[in-house]
Amino acid sequence: MKKIVVVGNGMVGYKFCEKLVTRPDRENYQIEVFGEEPSPAYDRVHLSEYFSEKGKDELLLASKSWYKDHEIKLRTSSLISEINTKEKEVITYKGEKISYDYLVLATGSSPFIPPIKGSEKAGVFVYRTTEDLDAIKTYAKKLQKSNKSKATVLGGGLLGLEAANAAKELGLETSVVEFAPRLMPRQLDEAASNTLIRKIENLGIKILINKATSEISGKEEIDALTFSDGSRHETNMLIISAGIRPRDELAKSGGLKTGERGGIFVNNKMETSATNVYAIGEAALYNNAIYGLVAPGYNMAEVAVSQICGGDKTMAAHIDMSTQLKLIGTDVASFGDPFIENEEVSAITYENKQSGIYKRINVSRDGKKLLGGILVGDASEYQNLFQIYINGMKLPENPEDLILGSRGGENSSLGSVTELLDSAQICSCEAISKGDICKPLEAGECCSMEDVVAKTKASTGCGGCKPMVTDLFNATMKSLGKEVKEVICEHFDFNRQELFDLVKINKVKDFDEALNLFGKGHGCEKCKPVLASIFASTTMETANKQVTIQDSNDKFLANIQRNGTYSIVPRIPGGEITPDKLMTIGAVAKKFDLYTKITGGQRIDLFGAELHQLPEIWKELIDAGFESGHAYGKSLRTVKSCVGSTWCRFGMHESVSFAIQIEERYRGLRSPHKLKGGVSGCIRECAEARGKDFGIIAVESGWNLYVCGNGGATPKHAILLAEGLDDETTIKYLDRFLMYYIRTAAPLMRTAPWLEKLDGGIAHLKKVVVEDSLGIAEDLEKEMQSLITNYECEWKQAIEDPEMMKRFKHFVNSDEGDDNISYVPLRDQKMPKAWT
Amino acid sequence: MQELLAQYQSVTAPEVLKWVNVGKAKDFPENGGACIKYKNKQIAVFNFARESTWYACQNLCPHKLEMVLSRGMIGDKEGIPKVACPMHKKTFSLKDGNNLNGEDYKIAVYPVKIEAENVYIGFID
Repeated sequence: MKKIVVVGNGMVGYKFCEKLVTRPDRENYQIEVFGEEPSPAYDRVHLSEYFSEKGKDELLLASKSWYKDHEIKLRTSSLISEINTKEKEVITYKGEKISYDYLVLATGSSPFIPPIKGSEKAGVFVYRTTEDLDAIKTYAKKLQKSNKSKATVLGGGLLGLEAANAAKELGLETSVVEFAPRLMPRQLDEAASNTLIRKIENLGIKILINKATSEISGKEEIDALTFSDGSRHETNMLIISAGIRPRDELAKSGGLKTGERGGIFVNNKMETSATNVYAIGEAALYNNAIYGLVAPGYNMAEVAVSQICGGDKTMAAHIDMSTQLKLIGTDVASFGDPFIENEEVSAITYENKQSGIYKRINVSRDGKKLLGGILVGDASEYQNLFQIYINGMKLPENPEDLILGSRGGENSSLGSVTELLDSAQICSCEAISKGDICKPLEAGECCSMEDVVAKTKASTGCGGCKPMVTDLFNATMKSLGKEVKEVICEHFDFNRQELFDLVKINKVKDFDEALNLFGKGHGCEKCKPVLASIFASTTMETANKQVTIQDSNDKFLANIQRNGTYSIVPRIPGGEITPDKLMTIGAVAKKFDLYTKITGGQRIDLFGAELHQLPEIWKELIDAGFESGHAYGKSLRTVKSCVGSTWCRFGMHESVSFAIQIEERYRGLRSPHKLKGGVSGCIRECAEARGKDFGIIAVESGWNLYVCGNGGATPKHAILLAEGLDDETTIKYLDRFLMYYIRTAAPLMRTAPWLEKLDGGIAHLKKVVVEDSLGIAEDLEKEMQSLITNYECEWKQAIEDPEMMKRFKHFVNSDEGDDNISYVPLRDQKMPKAWT
Repeated sequence: MQELLAQYQSVTAPEVLKWVNVGKAKDFPENGGACIKYKNKQIAVFNFARESTWYACQNLCPHKLEMVLSRGMIGDKEGIPKVACPMHKKTFSLKDGNNLNGEDYKIAVYPVKIEAENVYIGFID
């Protein structure tokens, strides 16, 4: 057995392990990996998501148990301080010696810190590891407490712009300083850079180009940058992202050949100057260059594995540096040679300053070859262009069609994915070709998109090729005559709409019956809430009837919070409340020591109720005339209103009265996802109704009805469905619209994405709802009416039935509460104590 | 918080030193779960009525360390009985406590027996 020592557990170091363990001769090798960071390898490409959405666990490429299961000895927080190629051993910082048969250096790179005076000051950071991000976050919080908020990123490259976005997300007033006359100077030309600058500045990030920083000033903490032109730029924080330097110090001290400007010299087999020592990733100097992208790094890992195991894979002489990404919400892509223009090559450009789009393709004069290009603002053609470029495919007769689309003709100039050659590369991070994706499908080895991704790893790198992999999957399945459908989970081979119809037609009574008739196994956390929602949407049964199939919050009719306690939201229709009722809420909150906050939907949220307190609290609220607000359900939440014509001098109609009427009509209505509405008394739109699933706005001639808007993560304005309606017609159309959505949407799909997927879009929806083109309008109205008639407040139902009350107890065998809960003070109220 | 986690170690039926009566079978919802207290421990007990099988595990979710697993939904993944944490839907096997999302942490599981309509859980302390 041969021993392989890997120094470095970053993305490329991990990829090496991943490739090695899938080899049939895996058992001939013993693997030991040394990582300097405390955590196993994580996805650095998506580092900025660590701020916004993902925790550290979600960024991990593989958990510690993965290494264990594959018999790889992983040692994190372990720095190697020396290598001895004569004795074939590495020495840890503690002096421990480990011998190897093969050594792989995947030491990566470190951020380059330009020699600027003052870079040691507090408030100066780099952007590379999750620890860096944590430090930036902490410092930003500190700044904000002392009312400082200016952050600057030094470097307008890819990573610099990512860092700027992260700083902006932290609520800082952010600028980017770039030395070159344009942003992303390696990828973009001037016009592209200008387009990008306009886009980014619109989002509130300031861009300074042509600025060489000469000094970082401030006492102990940074307070400004001075530029070589003498101007000064005030800032409270600096994030340096001025390029990378390969980590070659270990190789250098070990006597390996390194480049003049850094990097461990390797040949096309990834061999360094020492026998049986390999270097891969950003530390490796190949073809006299360092490659700071993940795709070439992964490729190097694969070559090194092949070489060590006696294979013959080598690195290509030319390394493709094409990139496509979303930067601060803007699509940016650059491929091939983005700048080339000479006697043999001409550039075709399209620029639209109105919508912020710039496209450039570089085409050979004979019109046969695509050599490179740039896309900013709209990169939807990237995959096609990249395929044509990388595979040397023939161009259409008018090459400009590639970026302008075919104008006038019937067929798309770009063709479909099915026309690509089998060898066409689809996923460049993992070097997966079209054939790699299609063949296992054709051979029946893979049956689902998940299978394909698991087998090939396509789209697991930067994720840019995901739409293309999906298209290929769908096209291949179609060509095999197989229907591609999204089923709910392993227990039900149906989508939600089919299951909805099956339950309705067969008058299925409960989950067990549904499982016996149409499913298998015992169900799970996916299918149970879907069926619970279907039962509620067909018979208006409350969450008290089939408690154990309800989603976690519906089960206890409250919203679970960070420490396992619950929050309570009584319904306040239209946001109108009497002083007496307001006092009841105050008294209840005080009595039970609840944290109170006004919600975005004009209601009041009471936090920190323990499970066993819920019925007691609700008893008091119900006695005072409140009912459940269903804030815990995928159901109608609120209908927000502005004060309307009763008080407002601009109001056209009574928006509050109408909002209350509508909220009371649809209260308790369960749907595929939550539903929010709004009613505004005039076009000033103070109720923000167009950000809701349905919005009603008063105009001279009546109400305008808008549908399928969304706030949240992907904001979308609601679209006009019908205008100038009276109260009755508005409600009739709403009934039809909501019921149509409830019948046909996928689980957890809000109305906005539902409309996007709906064949025919808003035109179709108008036909169904307004013109009754499907002839189902009457059914839809009847179904809705029956749900409305059968409404019952589920909290009232629960507290009146001792059997139903049993579930609101923390312990079956004790009347105590959870002793694990503790609080800390917060602005005269309280919050859950965080785990240290 | 490590101490809190360390309190929970899986027990297998042959190891049991003490069977503790934690309530009547009818006090536990069918195809659902509830929590019981034993000494300082909170234990989630699940009644898989469809197959007349019972499982028990720590109530503490090892992901964010909240006492919530008994309030999670139960079901199976390819035949393995599981519970989904109500906080972030992390799922755990009730047979061996392994995390089924491929993450590192796992939970402790305990044997359950039903005798004369009473539910007993096996402990070694």
